[in-house]
Amino acid sequence: MRLTEIRVAGFGGQGVILSAIVLGKAASIYENGFATMTQNFGPEARGGACSAQLILSDEPVLYPYLTQPDIMVVMSQEAYNRFAPELKPQGLLIVEEDLVRVSDLKGDPKVYSIPATRIAEELGKRMVLNSVMVGFFTAVTKLLTADAVRKAVADSVPPSFREVNLKAFEKGYEYGNSALAGALPKPDVEELAYSKE
Amino acid sequence: MKADPHGVLTGTHFLDGDHACCEGALAAGARFAAGYPITPSTEIVERFAARVPTVGGTFIQMEDELAASIALQGGVWGGAKAFTVTSGPGFSLMMEHIGYAAMTETPCVFVDVQRGGPSTGLPTLPAQADMMQARWGSHGDYEIIALCPNSPQECFDLTIKAFNFAEEFRVPVMFMMDEVVGHMTEKVVIPPADQIEVTPRKHTHKSVEEYLPYATNGDMVPEMAHAGDGYKFHITGLTHDEHGYPNMTPQTQDKLVRRLQNKIRSAADRICLFEEDRLDDADVVVVSYGITSRVAQRAIDAARDRGLRVGKLRLITAWPFPEKKIAELAAHVKAFVVPELNLGQMVHEVQRAADGKAKTFAVSHAGGGVHNPDEILNTIVEASRC
Repeated sequence: MRLTEIRVAGFGGQGVILSAIVLGKAASIYENGFATMTQNFGPEARGGACSAQLILSDEPVLYPYLTQPDIMVVMSQEAYNRFAPELKPQGLLIVEEDLVRVSDLKGDPKVYSIPATRIAEELGKRMVLNSVMVGFFTAVTKLLTADAVRKAVADSVPPSFREVNLKAFEKGYEYGNSALAGALPKPDVEELAYSKE
Repeated sequence: MKADPHGVLTGTHFLDGDHACCEGALAAGARFAAGYPITPSTEIVERFAARVPTVGGTFIQMEDELAASIALQGGVWGGAKAFTVTSGPGFSLMMEHIGYAAMTETPCVFVDVQRGGPSTGLPTLPAQADMMQARWGSHGDYEIIALCPNSPQECFDLTIKAFNFAEEFRVPVMFMMDEVVGHMTEKVVIPPADQIEVTPRKHTHKSVEEYLPYATNGDMVPEMAHAGDGYKFHITGLTHDEHGYPNMTPQTQDKLVRRLQNKIRSAADRICLFEEDRLDDADVVVVSYGITSRVAQRAIDAARDRGLRVGKLRLITAWPFPEKKIAELAAHVKAFVVPELNLGQMVHEVQRAADGKAKTFAVSHAGGGVHNPDEILNTIVEASRC
């Protein structure tokens, strides 16, 4: 895969960092790629916007920070407001649809949305929303094989939560495939956003 | 000898530099650490505190960095391999005991995950501004070894090397990480224990009657005995003779302090590790270390794409400074470009070693982030025109 810059952002407690770890592990351990993950450290990381930066590549990653993300995974409104403007034009925006109102969109990104928290709650564990997100990411980006990501999920969560996280991954993955097939309604992007331009 | 398999977490992992450093310490045989938490280094001892009881070791959280930096030396003299971990403000407090470790020839490792300073500065953001402090922070004349990893993998590999150098030369080794390398997560491969070489303590083979604590037997590094082994045992920061007792004459001072210096300087060729690339036809050499070496690589690649003849010298060992290598290069290159996350530290060493034969260009950065590769590229362009 060519060098791909990804930002995963949300609020503390959503498993933002773990999502990035799972994707990085899948790329660098279960596929023959390279991955470098950094996370935003600072007082604002507690409770407020929490963000992980992930770079995936076929070659060793040199510069450890994002210059302009190709893909943005956003799980909270605050994170959306703060980070969405930096997405590369025609980039890929993945959002938690119940928690993020997509507005003021610039740069004509491709938007995919999923009610990851609701799906996780249906599985009986709200905290696995990040695995739902990771499954969805895997389907819509096609950057990594589902098998590699599955292994990384299994490897990154405590054994007693393995099964529910793998289920969550599958739910997100299926939802992503349906989104790609056009079987889902288009994401709700506020019209206002375009009229402002 | 080979590493103790109990401490080696063989496998392929996705770890940050701090955690990789901890695994390196465990693989190297560290079974004691004393520390006081400070961002961005805390994760190292946090992991060590959880892991080391499972391999029969101990971690103590001390009341401050002064206590931590001397408790670890108690651990060493009790027979353990030991280290401590800190960042700028704590490193400042440890200076007294770094001098003590140098004077008493206590083999140990000080990890400094560098953040922006001075004072409390930028707790969560990177710098490389403790490089001179690592070398000169304690008073008096002494030598230390300092290593600079640029990835989590190197945090593992070079921590083992740091412990090995500490044991071989009986010297405190400074492990100079930076916040980016410490908090960056990448693949880390930990080999099986039988593929990891560790240097054992240089314990004396002499009898209790024959042993003199600071007799050198020709190779400049004395043999050790541990507290409680039955050997004569006296350790002091005062100038001492080969019996270990204070002897405050100019002659004893000269003999001791020159040996502390020469045991490192005479082995500098072996201790000075560096990575070089495309130096053969280079007009300009970029000298960098730690995270900045990865940012600089981008600039070097971009400069090569423009047809500029630029090469790379990455310092893995910062101290002793590889002055011989710089002097060799200075004889046939036009200039050195030295980017670092400080307002000019190692660049002065490059300038000194180049001795006017090649120009030196600093690319300074006050810390809090890393360079924009374009800043380094612009300086490469400027240097190639000189």
